[in-house]
Amino acid sequence: MAAIEILGLEKTYAVGFWRNRPKQALKPLILSIEEGETFGFLGPNGAGKTTTLKLLMGLIRPTSGQARILGMQIDDLRVKAQIGFLPEQPYFYDYLTARELLSYYAQLSDVPAKTRSADVSGMLERVGLKDSGDVQLRKFSKGMLQRVGIAQAILHNPKVVFLDEPMSGLDPMGRREVRELIEQLKQEGKTVFFSTHILSDAEALCERVAVINQGELKGVGRVADLTSSVSGKVELVWRGADIPAAIKGLGAQGNVIGDTARAIVPEQSQEAALEILRREHLRLISVTPLRTSLEDYFVSKLKPAEVAVGVNR
Amino acid sequence: MKPSRHVTIVVSLLMVTFLAGSVTLLRHLDAVRSATPLEEVLYISSPKLLRRMSLGYEGLLADVYWTRAIQYFGGHHHQGGQNYALLAPLLEITTALDPHLVVAYEFGANFLAPNPPNGAGMPQEAITMVQQGIAANPDNWKLYYQLGFINYTELKNYSAAADAFERGSRVANAHPVMKVLAARMAQHAGDSQMARALWTTTYNTIHDKQIRANAVAHLRALQSDDTVVALENLALQFRQQTGHFPASFNEMIVSGVLQGVPVDPAGHTYELLPQGKIQLRVPDDLPFAEKGLPPGYKARNRLKSSPEGS
Amino acid sequence: MRRHIAYIASNTFREAVRDRVLYNLIVFALLISGAAILVGQISIDIERLVVINLGLTAISLFGVIIAIFVGIGLVSKEIEKRTLYTVLARPVRRWEFIVGKFFGLAGTLTVNTFFMALGVFAALLYVSQHFQHSDVWVLVALYFIILQFLIVTALALLFSSFSSPLLSAVFAFSLFIIGSFAEDLRGFAAMTQGATRWLATGAAYLVPNLSALNIVSSVAHEQPVSAQLVLFNTAYALVYVGMVLCGAILIFDRRDFK
Repeated sequence: MAAIEILGLEKTYAVGFWRNRPKQALKPLILSIEEGETFGFLGPNGAGKTTTLKLLMGLIRPTSGQARILGMQIDDLRVKAQIGFLPEQPYFYDYLTARELLSYYAQLSDVPAKTRSADVSGMLERVGLKDSGDVQLRKFSKGMLQRVGIAQAILHNPKVVFLDEPMSGLDPMGRREVRELIEQLKQEGKTVFFSTHILSDAEALCERVAVINQGELKGVGRVADLTSSVSGKVELVWRGADIPAAIKGLGAQGNVIGDTARAIVPEQSQEAALEILRREHLRLISVTPLRTSLEDYFVSKLKPAEVAVGVNR
Repeated sequence: MKPSRHVTIVVSLLMVTFLAGSVTLLRHLDAVRSATPLEEVLYISSPKLLRRMSLGYEGLLADVYWTRAIQYFGGHHHQGGQNYALLAPLLEITTALDPHLVVAYEFGANFLAPNPPNGAGMPQEAITMVQQGIAANPDNWKLYYQLGFINYTELKNYSAAADAFERGSRVANAHPVMKVLAARMAQHAGDSQMARALWTTTYNTIHDKQIRANAVAHLRALQSDDTVVALENLALQFRQQTGHFPASFNEMIVSGVLQGVPVDPAGHTYELLPQGKIQLRVPDDLPFAEKGLPPGYKARNRLKSSPEGS
Repeated sequence: MRRHIAYIASNTFREAVRDRVLYNLIVFALLISGAAILVGQISIDIERLVVINLGLTAISLFGVIIAIFVGIGLVSKEIEKRTLYTVLARPVRRWEFIVGKFFGLAGTLTVNTFFMALGVFAALLYVSQHFQHSDVWVLVALYFIILQFLIVTALALLFSSFSSPLLSAVFAFSLFIIGSFAEDLRGFAAMTQGATRWLATGAAYLVPNLSALNIVSSVAHEQPVSAQLVLFNTAYALVYVGMVLCGAILIFDRRDFK
């Protein structure tokens, strides 16, 4: 069954001193996510990703529309017991230790008292904070806070997990750890809905993605579908100091770094280009057919102006 | 989805219920507390200490105590109270906090000195307070007026009164009436003309509602007293003309000594008794009247004045 | 679930303790012992009076300051720091959050007052060497002071749910001052006329009636306290706090946490 059904959620703010300039943060959104799916919600900053998540969490009220999670209305209290939420750049009560914080959250999530302490310890270990359990959160680094954040989101074993920019501000080690955690959640059969503007993560983790910009849904699709189409281009890499004019004449784009040259030519011209390289006695290093990347799909869904702002690898 | 309608309705209903409850309870609380906050003044042994503890906000605190003083007196007086024990302390604290609050001294002069139920019956305290007021405000003619006033009306100390009016008339910007009063004292001390002049001055120069109402009551009583005397004289005149006392006002009108049926300042006709005596029909409506009272009349809310209070 | 209220309350208490709120007890202890010793030396037969007046007034002022300064941040700090998000994403009702915060701060103040009361009674013992029967009224005065705290806390929480900390502090403090003169305000309203009278009376009844809870002077003079007063004050405080919390809940329920 559908884990998450967004049925026309919309949010308009009244801005301005006299509250007379409406600003539509989210246009009516219709989206459906199946149980067990890992779903990526992509978009540049300010696109409406966080607004959508907050609407789903009940932190803000929609101007119109509804949504259901696991078949229940989102303002039903029973829903909250089944979901976990990691907000963007989270901040936790810094006067508590990690253990105390997780115990508090466990209490509020109605984790039974008997298992609470074991669950908390287990969770600390799982996110790699076993030795920092009794350190006050004000001493935690950003990466450690992110791990606490994920811990509190999954501590009560929810079926659906919502993560808002889970990799933001992390170093490559931190990002890899979070990636692994999400992989584990996938293995456990949880539905994971996360928003990000880092496309490589989405490409690696998600089955389906949606692109949102300026409050509007621009496209939805399976990652496999969006990136499998052969682009009709081939990349040639060889040892050389420049790109022969003949290859340029084939409509190639290329560059030279040091003594390595690379050129991208249309597929039909592949043989002709190889022939030119052979004639010039240039040493071939590799021939690679190129697929469209998620980035291409992403960029194609945005208006040109947003490209410079949003694209981030 | 809006915030749960169920919660909104329940909480709103609760809030309204609590509001109604709090108003009701406040009424009960006020009834239980009625005198207590004022009795706190009895614990303040030193108004000067209170002044120092006010942290610079004496003026505001003075206003609070002033408000309490007038409410205290007004409330008790309205119910015909006999005991105004807290009036003096309240006024003392008020004037200690703000020595320039002239109306507080005026209030003390008008209502500390007379006997209950019209005042606290403490003319000496009133004198002391007004003298402190003069010390703090030596250029204010009104305080000299009040000093003379108390001496005249309550202590019947005419020389002290004359002296006060005289000193007050020499203050810069003194109201011209001060000179008039000082002069009058020489010839009319003790008679109703002087009393009338004093009460009229009080009425004209002071704005406090209670003081003015009190002055009006006194003026009406004086007017009635004069009328009673005049009517009794006319009755004697009638007797001289006809050889017997009149049996009714009509007879007097017919004979020409009287113009119309006389009505007292409270709106009741006078009663004509045998022997040409005049009596008030409803003496309670003219407190302070001294003529025309039925024999043995002791008003429920008046006592015979005595030179020293109680 | 009512358990949620207890959890939130105890966490709020823990926060206050770790924010070193209870350190004010040290200042108070110094103050009251200094006064007791000073008065013991001078001894002009008013030692008890001074200890009770000073002690109870200090307890009242310290407590109100804590109630306001901690109270105004109860909600606004959570919104500003966004610690609220992960709490409300859990099966916690918004009204449970408000009520829990209230009880947390109320509990902190009660504990604080308890320790301060010990200090006052110790000082009383020091200056008069034995307890008197009239000391029981001091306990009643302390009880009324705690009721005062409940009211001020509720008001600070109300303002915290929609206003910035600075404005909340101003409003709460103003209401505390005005409420301390509530009886005078009602008397004053009764003396006005017309539209002013309606407005003044309305305001006079809405303002918290803190003047009836202030019996420090009379207790210092060993005056007894009527059972009726205790009953009505208790009922009033509960009802007033309930009203204010309902207001806070209604506002908090409607808020969007951008």
